[in-house]
Amino acid sequence: MNILLILVPVSLALGAMWLAWFIWALKHDQFEDLEGDANRILFDEDDKPRPDPKG
Amino acid sequence: MTAACPACAPMDDGPAAAGGLQISLPTIHCAGCMATVENALSQVDGVISARVNLGLKRVRIETAPGVGAEPCLAAIRAAGFDALELNTGMLEGESDTTGRSLLIALGVSGFAMMNVMLLSVSVWSGATDATRDMFHLISAMIALPAVAYAGRPFYASALSALRVRRLNMDVPISLALVLAAGMSLYETFQGGRHAYFDAALSLTFFLLIGRYLDHRTRIAARSAARELAALEPSRADRITAGGIETVPLAQVAVGDILHIPAGMRVPVDGIVTRGITTLDRGLVTGESAPVAAGVGDDLVSGEVNLTGALEMRVTAVGEDTTLRRMAALVEVAETARNKYSGLADRAAAIYAPAVHLLALAALLGWWGYSGDFRLAMNIAIAVLIITCPCALGLAVPAVSTAASGRLFRQGILLKNATALERLAEVDMVVFDKTGTLTDGRAAGQPGLSDSELSVLKALALASHHPVARGLLAGLPPEVVPAPLVAVEEISGNGVQATWNGVPVALGRGAWLGAIGNPVLKIGAATFPLATGEQMRLGVAEAVRGLKAAGIETMLLTGDTAAAAQRIAARSGISAVQADMRPEDKVAVLDRLRNDGRRVLMVGDGLNDTPALASAFVSMAPASAMDVARVVSDMVLLNPDVAVLPDAILLARRARKRIVENFAMSAVYNVVAVPLALLGFCTPLMAAIAMSASSISVLLNALRVRA
Repeated sequence: MNILLILVPVSLALGAMWLAWFIWALKHDQFEDLEGDANRILFDEDDKPRPDPKG
Repeated sequence: MTAACPACAPMDDGPAAAGGLQISLPTIHCAGCMATVENALSQVDGVISARVNLGLKRVRIETAPGVGAEPCLAAIRAAGFDALELNTGMLEGESDTTGRSLLIALGVSGFAMMNVMLLSVSVWSGATDATRDMFHLISAMIALPAVAYAGRPFYASALSALRVRRLNMDVPISLALVLAAGMSLYETFQGGRHAYFDAALSLTFFLLIGRYLDHRTRIAARSAARELAALEPSRADRITAGGIETVPLAQVAVGDILHIPAGMRVPVDGIVTRGITTLDRGLVTGESAPVAAGVGDDLVSGEVNLTGALEMRVTAVGEDTTLRRMAALVEVAETARNKYSGLADRAAAIYAPAVHLLALAALLGWWGYSGDFRLAMNIAIAVLIITCPCALGLAVPAVSTAASGRLFRQGILLKNATALERLAEVDMVVFDKTGTLTDGRAAGQPGLSDSELSVLKALALASHHPVARGLLAGLPPEVVPAPLVAVEEISGNGVQATWNGVPVALGRGAWLGAIGNPVLKIGAATFPLATGEQMRLGVAEAVRGLKAAGIETMLLTGDTAAAAQRIAARSGISAVQADMRPEDKVAVLDRLRNDGRRVLMVGDGLNDTPALASAFVSMAPASAMDVARVVSDMVLLNPDVAVLPDAILLARRARKRIVENFAMSAVYNVVAVPLALLGFCTPLMAAIAMSASSISVLLNALRVRA
């Protein structure tokens, strides 16, 4: 059962990492224009990254 | 709507405001459009960056200080797209903080739910003793802060309902969350077998999905409505001692003298001080024929100045204008409509007390029967969790999100939360005429040859009279105007000229010695011309579709009976009432309501506004006056009216799905509640019942899209 001492914290840390990423993405407007982002991969030329309003 | 607005030169307000420019791009729809617009803008001097938002059909441009919208608009138009500058001030405060905090709460509860579920599955599959207690303890450490944080929207709403001594759906939800978390914590410290942390969290998670969908539908409608408002002209030309200055409308004061060029909408109420013109009062009174106006005549905001430049003295601004005063009439009418409660509210009114009574009965019954308060409390909480309206919370928002997304793609914007449900119950549609069923163009001229058409076009081009303008707009664009000499406008009669040595004229029949009005005269031959308004796209189709769906139609107009009959005959509407004042329209709608009819009112003018507000449900075209759009439940963005019957059918289908969803979640409860009452319910069963009912409700909602 000692394996639990490693696995439980690992699973918690993975979940927390995902949560931190999600909140970062939300705060940086990554979900503003999902329809547009889906279409940007079809551009012929390279697409410039979106200017980040929060710098 | 008059788009021509010579006064709309870019204002020089120094460096561009933070956030830069926003331009509406109504015609973009694909990756190609996005790339074209962004490339075109990147070549404009002074543009730092441009980013198209396809969802909002907008581009946001960061510019160097001092660069206005004009070069950007010109570049986009040169690339072949429509471009309309948006008033950034009106769009301010648009960032959706509520939606974002709902999403963060959703993320937190999702994270917590998955981790706790992992631990719970181990407990359900046989972890015992110290391991089980440790898992419960870890679950508690994750679940308690998560439930406290993510459940805030429900607690707040439940508290505000309780404060006014009402029960809403959020009261049993909050009670279940708090009791489940509290009881499970107690059980954990007692080394008990069952803990409901996972149930509390998945409840929060699923309900937050419903809450977010609900919020997003509303915010999408609101931001689109705000965008429509931002398209309205917000500047006026003020005449001062030093000449004409362009000022924001908010700075115009009573007593100012304004310059109103031909083609512009009158922005505020006032009196004409100089100039003679004709006014299009269609949006204000519903009359289709233009009205002459001169010095001393009243101007009402919303009228369009057609022919000559005017100067006006402002008599009322802001809240005092006729436009705003109409709002008082509207408010009275609206209270009648606000009594409509949506299906969700009606379900909650039955459901919330029933759930509380059931849980209380379980607590008292088991306490009396076994004398064990802890057992009784556990069973009561199981009942609360099982009955908790997870699926009920999703039943309405999931369906209305799917349905309003589909309506939006057809060009119909839902502004009101219960508009969809009310639209489904409609059994009669009442149309306004001017601007709703018709637009300003005259009918085509079938009896004329090509050369006669080209003479007509040349003559019509020479005149500023609204009838001539209407004729002109009704002519096919490929007609080439004939070369005329000695063109002369005879005031009050028409235009005359010489074409290849032949005298030609366009004007009143009496003036040209012919029957009909207006008449085209070439040499000695006269041709009476067809006038009358052109119908909007798809009107006849819409009326046919409505009839097929068993919905009656009616025409209510402020215009003359003759004009009304003509349009009614061509569109297929049988019931017509003409010469209606705004109060008369409301009276007609009241009578229909008393007869038990559910009326959809479609109108665009100031004169329709009270009627729009008092109808069971209402719709305004995008070209309508902003008051009309504000009081309407829906805005028709599509110029084609033919989508109307489809929209009603879609609403009916959506309503059916909502009722099915209620039935489905009721079935889960009918199966699970007796088990919970008898004390057989385990956390595993609660988790399965909750997830299964939520997912089946979501899947059923998606069928609306098909």
